Amino acid sequence: MKKPMISFENYSFHYRSQAEPTLKNINLTIYEGEKIVIVGHSGSGKSTLAHCINGLVPFSYKGTISGSLKIAGKEAKDQNIFALSALVGTVLQDPDGQFIGLTVGEDIAFSLENDCVETDVMQRRTLEAAKLLDIDHRLTHRVHQLSGGQKQRTALAGVMIDNVPILLFDEPLANLDPAAGKYAIELIDRIHQEAKTTTIIVEHRLEDVLHRKADRIIVMNEGQIVGDMPPNELLASDILAKYTLREPLYITALKHAGCDLPADGGLEHIQKLDIDEFKDKLNHFPNTRAPGKTRHDAAPILELRDLHFSYRNGQQLLKNISTVISKGEMVSIVGKNGTGKTTLAKLLCGFENPAQGRIVYNGEDMTNNTIKEFSLRVGMVMQNPNQMISKHMIFDEVALGLRVRGVPEAEIKQQVNRTLKICGLYPFRNWPVSALSFGQKKRVTIAAILVLKPEVMILDEPTAGQDFRHYTDIMEFLLELNRQGITILMITHDMHLMLEYTSRAIVIGNGTILADDTPANILTDREVTKLAHLKETSLYALAVRAGLEHPREFVQQFIDYDREVRQHGSRNVILS
Amino acid sequence: MAAEMLSYLDRNSPIHRLTGATKLLCFLMWSAAAMLTYDTRILLAMFIGSLVLFKLSRIRVQEVSFVLILILLFLMINNIAIYLFSPQEGVNIYGTSHQLVHLVGRYNMTLEQLFYQFNITLKYFTVIPAALLFIVTTNPSEFAASLNRIGVSYRISFAVAIALRYIPDIQRDFQTIAQAQQARGLDMSRKETLGRRVKNTASIVVPLIFSSLDRIEVISNAMELRGFGKNNKRTWYSARPFSVGDFIAMAGVAVLLAVTLIVTFYDGNRFYNPFLAGV
Repeated sequence: MKKPMISFENYSFHYRSQAEPTLKNINLTIYEGEKIVIVGHSGSGKSTLAHCINGLVPFSYKGTISGSLKIAGKEAKDQNIFALSALVGTVLQDPDGQFIGLTVGEDIAFSLENDCVETDVMQRRTLEAAKLLDIDHRLTHRVHQLSGGQKQRTALAGVMIDNVPILLFDEPLANLDPAAGKYAIELIDRIHQEAKTTTIIVEHRLEDVLHRKADRIIVMNEGQIVGDMPPNELLASDILAKYTLREPLYITALKHAGCDLPADGGLEHIQKLDIDEFKDKLNHFPNTRAPGKTRHDAAPILELRDLHFSYRNGQQLLKNISTVISKGEMVSIVGKNGTGKTTLAKLLCGFENPAQGRIVYNGEDMTNNTIKEFSLRVGMVMQNPNQMISKHMIFDEVALGLRVRGVPEAEIKQQVNRTLKICGLYPFRNWPVSALSFGQKKRVTIAAILVLKPEVMILDEPTAGQDFRHYTDIMEFLLELNRQGITILMITHDMHLMLEYTSRAIVIGNGTILADDTPANILTDREVTKLAHLKETSLYALAVRAGLEHPREFVQQFIDYDREVRQHGSRNVILS
Repeated sequence: MAAEMLSYLDRNSPIHRLTGATKLLCFLMWSAAAMLTYDTRILLAMFIGSLVLFKLSRIRVQEVSFVLILILLFLMINNIAIYLFSPQEGVNIYGTSHQLVHLVGRYNMTLEQLFYQFNITLKYFTVIPAALLFIVTTNPSEFAASLNRIGVSYRISFAVAIALRYIPDIQRDFQTIAQAQQARGLDMSRKETLGRRVKNTASIVVPLIFSSLDRIEVISNAMELRGFGKNNKRTWYSARPFSVGDFIAMAGVAVLLAVTLIVTFYDGNRFYNPFLAGV
């Protein structure tokens, strides 16, 4: 009989500041050595569930508990957060914010410092933990200079050093590029097998998590557990679709092709699929061509001519960037973390000046213009909405740019209201910004830029940290803006976004443009995906395994069909 | 570069090799000496001493120039204010009055007043290089450990250290936010009136506060989850034992402090009075 490590019994939790309980009547047992994935969209209670396990609930976030939660046999609420932290090691979502120590060594040693371990013993144990995670040669490096993967290893070493029996990962893949994400999952799996820790992963990128085996998947919705079963069984069912959670793409493809999915094996990994069963159906995948996606004939709106950029210390970041963006295009800019994508976007807004080269908008050389002059043509939406919002009320926030321009108040009112309607924020116009969810705040920032009527809009990670439902909302909204003639450039790590919503992808790597092609072509090109830390789409792998004649076309076929299916039910944007 | 001002500058120098605690103690003693004495001879000697230390540390002046200019600006304002509020302070102290320029009422400029203000300026000049040195040569990792070592509670030490560490991050945030706001047409340059500029700056400060609050929530959760605050004391990964150099430095500055005190208070007066001889 396996030993239960975590057991919730009729457990409910009600945050002090909330009207409704966030967790309702949870019954869940996690056994020693299990590997569990928890999925659910934002506000489903999955993060709260994780906080109950590591003790942030109720010791940091106060509220009322009913029922029982036992961790390693002891009632959690009768202990304190320190006692729990000796049992549960938590790796937080934010790859930068969670580091406490300045250097790798210091950060790994942090919990030992708090346990008053002597300095020499501590240094020895830190080295051991660092060796386990292969980060020992970087002990004196500053944490913020590390790559995404190295940061993950450091964070993990910092919790592993305590030999905790339970490891909890709170959205470990957010903010990681696809290759680093894949590596993180492999790393978690290795630790799970070597150290036999009970492992809990809260993450909505299910396909990426299932890159390595998991024992069970828990599906949360509105504070309740609506699914608790092995991955294969879950994938064969329609639970994920029912709660608008993203399935692995190859599973969706199989479902669209009308395949019957067996509940007993092979579904959780594309290489384990019993492909012969599905070959026939995949060969007859429904064909719907999306109308007029490419607009090669349109006039160029933005030309980059041989751009170079260097840091102030002389280190070169970007070189020989030349490309032409046509009016009305929707383009994704992809590449690995720290490769200069954001810097490129800043060059295009005039935030930074290129060392060499020209930026031409609509035939007019803008290279040496001020930020203000750039702002008349191009708008930038930052990744973190909290970095943009400066007014208390939503209306005022959106009106800010117009007021600065000295537009008459009557006209401002009209334009802001129109923009708020486009963005679906009109009912909230008199609300304080603080009352909005993260996704709604993102919309406010988009509205605040949109109202200035830019010809080109640049968005940095428009869907980072958003669940599938909000993702679809935001992207359909951007697509609608694009249809109205705004040229959109997006920096993203999300391969599905790139495939589904953009007709062209520019891959940045090694300081320059590595590739510039359709997303389907890029994501099926082994060499480019490897160089730029992208991930080959599982659709392609599926098509190749099924021996389809034109695997690339299959990818496009699927994307078109899937959008058709999803749009059928999705809300239409109302324009006034 | 402004974005990196007042952050740790890594060099291989005798100053860098001292432990943080030594530097903190030396800095405190050095400042005490400079604050207590008005003896021009000692101040001059210390000023030259601090220049030598600065040279030893291999920090270049332009690396700290931004802060330096800021401090000098305040020093100037301070000097003007002293003259405005007590223009005869020097005469009071030194007991004589050598008038240089005849101005309205009590604002006659005297040699004594100039000498007094020269001494005050000199005090600043002896402390500034030491203070800058302490900040830019103390590895931030060691900073909290040093404070804790001289008796400050580790919670406060850590809070101070973390606050210092976030200065560059917050500066970076500030820059990003400023750019985003300028892209919406907010003008922060001199083309705008002062009132508007102040208002525009407010629209950077609000998001800056919110994004900093986010940071604080994440970091405090992270710290708590890893046992910060569990015990009444804690140990430090980057604490270093004292070496010979540390003892020499501390002894040296302690002797300096003692000599300063003796010379300063020997004749019962904190001021060195060059005017006495002339009378």
